[in-house]
Amino acid sequence: MNDRVQKYLAPVLVLIVILVLWEVWVASFNIQKFLLPRPSVILANFAQFFIFEPGDTAAATSTDQFFVFVPANVSRDKLEPVLAGKFADFSLFGRQIVAVKGANLDPILQAAFFTLREALGGFALGCSTGILIALATARWTVTREAFMPFAIAANSTPIIAFAPIMNNWFGLDNPFSKMAIVAIMIFFPMMINTVRGLVSVDARSLELMRSYAASDFEILFKLRIPNSLPYLFNGFKIAAALSMIGAVVGEYFGGPRIALGVFITQEAALFRFSSAWAAIIVACILGIALYLVILAAERLAMPWHVSFRN
Amino acid sequence: MQNPVVSIQNLNKTFGEGTANQVHALKDINLVIQPNEFISLIGPSGCGKSTLLRVIGDLTGITSGQVLINNKSAHQARLDRDYGMVFQAATLYDWRTVAKNVQLPLELMNYSKEKKEGRTREMLALVELSDFAKHFPWQLSGGMQQRVAIARALAFEPSILLMDEPFGALDEMTRERLNLELLNIWQKTQTTVIFVTHSITEAVFLSTRVIVMSARPGRITQDIKIDLPHPRNTDTRENVRFFELETEVREALRRSESKRE
Repeated sequence: MNDRVQKYLAPVLVLIVILVLWEVWVASFNIQKFLLPRPSVILANFAQFFIFEPGDTAAATSTDQFFVFVPANVSRDKLEPVLAGKFADFSLFGRQIVAVKGANLDPILQAAFFTLREALGGFALGCSTGILIALATARWTVTREAFMPFAIAANSTPIIAFAPIMNNWFGLDNPFSKMAIVAIMIFFPMMINTVRGLVSVDARSLELMRSYAASDFEILFKLRIPNSLPYLFNGFKIAAALSMIGAVVGEYFGGPRIALGVFITQEAALFRFSSAWAAIIVACILGIALYLVILAAERLAMPWHVSFRN
Repeated sequence: MQNPVVSIQNLNKTFGEGTANQVHALKDINLVIQPNEFISLIGPSGCGKSTLLRVIGDLTGITSGQVLINNKSAHQARLDRDYGMVFQAATLYDWRTVAKNVQLPLELMNYSKEKKEGRTREMLALVELSDFAKHFPWQLSGGMQQRVAIARALAFEPSILLMDEPFGALDEMTRERLNLELLNIWQKTQTTVIFVTHSITEAVFLSTRVIVMSARPGRITQDIKIDLPHPRNTDTRENVRFFELETEVREALRRSESKRE
């Protein structure tokens, strides 16, 4: 247990140190907001804490911060419109604290949900077709020899370049246009990984199956597919990262207002960089979350694997 | 006399026939093996002993001659699941527990659930690994893994056990213990064993007959009957007759080497 705490504590501390340095750096060198907003300003897009100071001594902070310190001499009436959206109200250290939803929380969450749906749809489509074609090529050597060179070649091309074409084919506002981009991006690494897993079976393991007079079908299910699991999950990990990239970058070329990529480009175009940053952070968190889900699934699917032995 | 388990006549096997790297792997092999014999194939590396084993197990084809296993072709014998195979590497499936590995052939042969579990329990008891049924292969030592492989090979009661240097990668102590264990198992199960090795001691200790082979082309140079009494145990290794037989095999090997020069 202690080891686990230590394992997670170190990166969390690093994150806090980076955020504090960033905050102090921007504040002390007076870096312009449009170049690099402070973390506290970015976070204020999601939520704000209004802290009512008991005395007049504290200096009033600007109202676009994560923590807004309000001295007693500031009239609360002016803050009423903002405070109306409060979701929590409590006191701590003798101060009243009001927690308010950030102005961009709802639009960003809505956009995140929309983009996540595109990414997941593309993930499902790309992975399933990649695996199916891989199974076919592993079964019929001719198909493998015919397809693999193209798959390997396509895997090293910037498939995202097709995004405008997909937008044109399926319509800018149709989430399927982004799913198609994601699916094509994922298809090749997924197929290549699966084929490798199905084919790179130990010769002795195959001979063992032959000595039992096992059918091709039995060899597939009892040997080739279990053997391909580590390769399959490597494919899933690559696909998880690509799916968020594909969806967000696909949206950079156009899409409905309620999509993360569109939100980011529009906010940036209007010089509202703190909300653009907030949306970027959410996109990153979604990417990491997808990856973690795959890691957890991997542990469940193959607890026997080398990487989980201790 | 009973029908022989293995009957090989004028067997020849050539790899890469008609090419520049043509290798005459097996030349004019004649070999008859009776039920419940324990046969060791011994010879220098490259003498084709593993190839001969693989021919018997129908894992590789032949160039000419005749191979009959239980009075049918080797191919038919494989389809009839007459063989249990044990390789030098245990070749357990990483994703299966010990018990599930032993069950693999039983699954393929559609045993009922009760029979599958019953057989697995019996086999794990036979190789003394009952406490490890739920372990994964990586949690076992090399010797234990090889015992699981033997349990798996015997699980479906094949009439012939083919073993290709099964203890070659193990240390001397483990090898001697497993030799004893294998003899016990062989006597309990009444299977015919064909065992490839390059250890003279191991061959003499285990076998009822030692077949000495020579290399390039691989052929049988001597067929030595091992008349040590059964059951054999650690004392057998200190028996005078044991040393005589060891010497006989060693000299046969030397002769087959020098003949080549």
